[in-house]
Amino acid sequence: LAGGRPRVVVVGGGAGGATAARYIAKDSQGAVDVTLVEPSRAYYTCFFSNLYIGGFREWESIGHSYGALAANHGVNVVHDWAVSVDRDNRSVGLAGGGSLAYDRLILSPGIDFRDGSVPGWDLSQQNRMPHAYKAGSQTQLLKAQIEAMPEGGTYCMVAPPNPFRCPPGPYERISMVAHVLKQANPTAKIIIVDPKEKFSKQGLFEEGWQRHYPGMIERIGPDFGGDMVEVRPEAMEVVVDGEAMKVDVCNVIPAQQAGRIAAAAGITDDSGWAPIVPHTMQSRADENIHVLGDAALQGDMPKSGFSANSQAKACAMAVRGALTGSSVFPPRYSNTCWSLIATGDGVKVGASYEATDEKIAKTDGFISQTGESAELRMATYEESLGWYDGITADMFS
Amino acid sequence: LTAGLLALTLLAFQAASAWSDDGERGKELFGLCKRCHQVGSGATHRIGPHLNDVFGRAAGSLAGFRYSRAMREAGTGGLVWDDATLDAFLADPHTFVPRSRMSFDGIKGMDDRAALLAWLQGYSGGAADLPPAEPTATPEEYGLDVKILSVAGDPEYGAYLAGECTTCHRTDGADKGIPSIVGWPVDDFVIALHAYKSGTRVHAVMQMVAGRLSDEEIAALAAHFQEVEGNP
Ligand SMILES: Cc1cc2nc3c(=O)[nH]c(=O)nc-3n(C[C@H](O)[C@H](O)[C@H](O)COP(=O)(O)OP(=O)(O)OC[C@H]3O[C@@H](n4cnc5c(N)ncnc54)[C@H](O)[C@@H]3O)c2cc1C
Ligand code: HEC
Ligand code: HEC
Repeated sequence: LAGGRPRVVVVGGGAGGATAARYIAKDSQGAVDVTLVEPSRAYYTCFFSNLYIGGFREWESIGHSYGALAANHGVNVVHDWAVSVDRDNRSVGLAGGGSLAYDRLILSPGIDFRDGSVPGWDLSQQNRMPHAYKAGSQTQLLKAQIEAMPEGGTYCMVAPPNPFRCPPGPYERISMVAHVLKQANPTAKIIIVDPKEKFSKQGLFEEGWQRHYPGMIERIGPDFGGDMVEVRPEAMEVVVDGEAMKVDVCNVIPAQQAGRIAAAAGITDDSGWAPIVPHTMQSRADENIHVLGDAALQGDMPKSGFSANSQAKACAMAVRGALTGSSVFPPRYSNTCWSLIATGDGVKVGASYEATDEKIAKTDGFISQTGESAELRMATYEESLGWYDGITADMFS
Repeated sequence: LTAGLLALTLLAFQAASAWSDDGERGKELFGLCKRCHQVGSGATHRIGPHLNDVFGRAAGSLAGFRYSRAMREAGTGGLVWDDATLDAFLADPHTFVPRSRMSFDGIKGMDDRAALLAWLQGYSGGAADLPPAEPTATPEEYGLDVKILSVAGDPEYGAYLAGECTTCHRTDGADKGIPSIVGWPVDDFVIALHAYKSGTRVHAVMQMVAGRLSDEEIAALAAHFQEVEGNP
């Protein structure tokens, strides 16, 4: 430890990274030197970005800055990209030049897209066919495109194969798009081209779509070629099983993998994700590196902001224990994901998990039921507002 | 939360309409408050401050209770509790005192509020011989064993376990869609979590969360959250 305070470098200031940096700095009360590397000055949450598209949230309300992490907890926030990891010398290279030495490195870089997963689409086409699956200008662009659709036009989503971030995310987005179109453009059509047999909260979403948006939404599953899709951004065409259709908005959510820095560090496997040790979130390939959130290959937890936040606290405790000798208790993982289907119609799914040697394993869970009362759905929606407030305070305050 | 309270409100209302006497009705409606507030002789601060002599006192002004900043500032800004202000507060607590940590959605019926306030007024103005204050929560009413209250809690362990809670419940004690749980008396906290754990109190998330907590862990969480300052 070179005589000074032990050093932790966190790459990625999202749900996993910001929480980990905050908890290590806060709970070690200055005993650990924490540096957070994050290129953006404002973090726009993917969670609730669908509600922004649906008109239920203002853009500013989903943006957060890193000021309080520095001011309240002494986190050193470096606005830069991490581009390399030298595991032998324990240092991280930055795009702006220079490097940061670490005793423990925490990687929470979120996702990147897999090249070639949707033939015809690559990042150079993201303005014609936005993914809006990392929140920011992409989200604003998609909203603007939906609002500019011609009367009776078609919005098409190319949904991703498993595993991907936020399993109910694409379907909550469909609900929000339908909510907007129902008011502004009621003869418009929504098509989902989906490579998966089934999806998260399917019964709840389908019941809600039937009730709130009858006849508006069509889903093409793998039986009808949903897994054989190609796009032609120049012509604004989607080709399903050899048949081309013209669309007005095309929201392509490609297949995903761990944020590229994880592969650059050499800690991902053939799946494209980074395997971890369930008790501590340490990489299976390097005990000085921890991986959090979407990038981690951990077992049963869905890739969600809630999961990343939960994993970050277990990781923070393990890191402090290793570097300062503080107490270490068994990790307690949990997740709840809320989705909004229409005004006041909220649903949720959640589970608790434990660390086994093999994986993070689900122990218990619950899901909203079809046919619930409007009051209960409203209460569920209100809870989600409380949760958003709670988790963003837990990350950034 | 809303649904639960709505059901409670209806229940209380149905029970209340069986009484002709307004006083009985006010007392019955206090059932909505009594899990947090005490009133009567020997009343102490619990989850909320005691409500003896509330008429005529400045909001957020009692010693020994950790009010939210919002409530204290309302008081120093001139808010004094009387018939009109209490009626407005109880009609919509979150609008009348934004960012208060009273996790209660209010009483919609004007007549209900009037009946409750008429009854509550009997506990103000130095009336002698007040009936004794009732407890906020007892293990028995939730079918729980009293020995859960004698388990010792380790606040350091509680502080770690609390990481699971603060994804939803704010440590500054604000109540926004998810109730405030800071600064509670240990017994009320322990009873609430055991009530979820045993299923006598129904809520999917909290039943799952509490379901895997041991008696020691619940005691540890209670010890920790009692000490959380909120935003004083
Ligand atoms: C539409 C949508 C809706 C969602 N809704 C919900 C929801 O309701 N509830 C929920 O719990 N989750 C939801 N999610 C999922 C949630 O957003 C993610 O699971 C969560 O953000 C993952 O956290 P993370 O820390 O792994 O990654 P992120 O939060 O994405 O953070 C990664 C950060 O790392 C930075 N970064 C990446 N590479 C580098 C590098 N090389 N150097 C420096 N910094 C880097 C990025 O800029 C980014 O800020 C939703 C997602 C989407 C897309
Ligand atoms: C996923 C969100 C979530 C998590 C995580 C969570 N809670 Fe809750 N909690 C809620 C909601 C929503 C309610 C309101 C439930 C109801 O209406 O009965 C609640 C209610 C409570 C109550 C009763 C509040 C009252 O006013 O009576 C207590 C006490 C409590 N929670 C403690 C905890 C503790 C301790 C933890 C962690 C070990 C925790 N909660 C984790 C969402 C959560
Ligand atoms: C879930 C707990 C809870 C319930 C239920 C509840 N309260 Fe409260 N109450 C509180 C808390 C906590 C405070 C302090 C709020 C703050 O500091 O922001 C409070 C504050 C108050 C105050 C202000 C007191 C003061 O000293 O300024 C009044 C009056 C009040 N409550 C009346 C009621 C009445 C009447 C009911 C029922 C109809 C009720 N409350 C239901 C928790 C509750």
